[in-house]
Amino acid sequence: MWIESTLALRFLRQGRAQTLLILIGIAVGVAVIVFVVALIAGLQDNVIDRTLGTQAHIRVEAPEELNRIAPAPPGTLQLVLEDRRAQTLRPINNWQQVRDVLDGLPGISAVSPIVSGPAFGRRGDAVESVALIGMDLPRYLQVIPLQENMVDGRLQVGSGNAVIGRQLARDLGLRTGGKLRLDAGDGRAAIVNVAGIFELGVRELDARYVYLDLKQAQSLLDLPGGITVIDVTVDELFAADRMAARIAGLTGLRAESWMQTNAQLMNALSSQSISTNMISFFVAISVAFGIASVLAVSVSQRTREIGILRAIGTRRRQMLRVFLVQGAVLGLLGSTIGALAGWSLVAVFNNLGPGLFEVGMPPALIPSAMALATVAGVIAAAVPASRAARMDPVEAIRHG
Amino acid sequence: MAEPREVMRLEGLRKSYNIGQANEVEVLHGIDLRLDSSDFAALVGPSGSGKSTLLNQIGLLDTPTDGELYLLGQATSDMDDEARTALRGQHLGFVFQFHHLISAFSALENVLMPVMVNQGRPDREAIDRARALLADVGLEKFADSKPTELSGGQQQRVAIARALVTRPALLLADEPTGNLDTKTAADVFALFRRFHQAYGCAVLLVTHDPRLADTCDRTISLIDGCIEP
Repeated sequence: MWIESTLALRFLRQGRAQTLLILIGIAVGVAVIVFVVALIAGLQDNVIDRTLGTQAHIRVEAPEELNRIAPAPPGTLQLVLEDRRAQTLRPINNWQQVRDVLDGLPGISAVSPIVSGPAFGRRGDAVESVALIGMDLPRYLQVIPLQENMVDGRLQVGSGNAVIGRQLARDLGLRTGGKLRLDAGDGRAAIVNVAGIFELGVRELDARYVYLDLKQAQSLLDLPGGITVIDVTVDELFAADRMAARIAGLTGLRAESWMQTNAQLMNALSSQSISTNMISFFVAISVAFGIASVLAVSVSQRTREIGILRAIGTRRRQMLRVFLVQGAVLGLLGSTIGALAGWSLVAVFNNLGPGLFEVGMPPALIPSAMALATVAGVIAAAVPASRAARMDPVEAIRHG
Repeated sequence: MAEPREVMRLEGLRKSYNIGQANEVEVLHGIDLRLDSSDFAALVGPSGSGKSTLLNQIGLLDTPTDGELYLLGQATSDMDDEARTALRGQHLGFVFQFHHLISAFSALENVLMPVMVNQGRPDREAIDRARALLADVGLEKFADSKPTELSGGQQQRVAIARALVTRPALLLADEPTGNLDTKTAADVFALFRRFHQAYGCAVLLVTHDPRLADTCDRTISLIDGCIEP
């Protein structure tokens, strides 16, 4: 391979202007790929982060209540007019066992049982409808990082303490240390102390959520000892739907992944990924065509030299490699420059851009962009290289 | 000089072009020819008589339509391109009418090129041999010059050194002095003579300069694709 690489590098160095131009072309292409992919990945991470900041990856609930229709005796025509059943607030059976099973399942990083249901929040004459969430605080924080969203007071539940959303606090004129009356109907009511105020950034949640400890919420919602939902966090975000199916199969409960809950978002994300891949693909194609055309010109210009090299004993496969190596070197060198440029673009975007979110650099992106360009270079070089290898030395020397 | 030995032998060599087409034409009509290591021969003949075609056959650059070519006793008609290329690189030296140096390499590297393509990175001994050859052609000072920095005669002398670096058994030259002035041509010709004597390699020169042909030991004349007795 020594002589092949030597010839390849000398040829590239001699055709300086051509080499430089195509290197710039490859670099621009690779920079575009790196920047666009990093940008879209950053954007998607950001959107997912924001979405999952207030949602569990998987929500496990009791199965829906269904009507049981008595089968008709054989030979009878049965007409059924069925209304769906009203879904009452029902606890998950044997939730402690379910929790322990989920705790032991590989791929699951956090399990948080909660009890949730509707109530009214009152202060004086003002009434707001609220959602009571009773939870086991240490477990809940592993799913939703509520501590990062506190704007006032302490994150404390139990002993008559509650944490409420900022919008609810505003609507009811509450401050930390204020008293909130919760009325869950059927005479079940309690007065709680507002220990802290949070802001998740989603208006609906900030206006409705009231966090309590499990016991208090259970007694308000008349579900002593019961829980209604188990929130689950998984290690691999995009394996959530598979994991949800597995949980449903294991427990017989209803398990919905964030991907199902946010089907539209998933659709948008995957369309975005497709368009990123399309951009990368077509940029790679045009880079490959650029390399192919430069090498085709080089083969034509060097016809006579190729003939001479063949005459003095250069094998066909050596001749082939000389041009394949040129393709690889152009791809590798161009993509190195391009990767650096793409990286700088990302840095510029992070420092001087709109600053809406931080664009990270996926660790595999630069190596894979460089590998892509190098492979594209070799493939692109195949046609001119095989033309060089097939050249008849007599013809090449005479007409070169 | 050592006992002359056979370097190359042709038996009934034929070459046709456009085989199977309406314009099929046979250029060489059954050539029998033998070259020994002691031969310093000129191949002469009018334009179109097939001199270059014959030289390309002998140089294994082209394949005959019929007949056999023995190089150092080996029959070559059944060899594939790989084997022919290897044989060509090892035992044959070429000098063309136009120097045909590889422009991206220095004079010394050009001389070493046959060694490099056949064996890879040249060793000390090969480099010394190449330097000695450059000195022999009077260009030791130009070892690091690029071909574009050399005159036509100097480039042709580099090409001669290149043809000899592998110590070939047979040196083939196609109009080697065709585009040189008389004085330079005489110098180049003298070089061939000197190397023939020094290395004992057979030399076959294609020329249509009768004065040059007269100074060779043997004249092979080719007329209409046949060798004149």
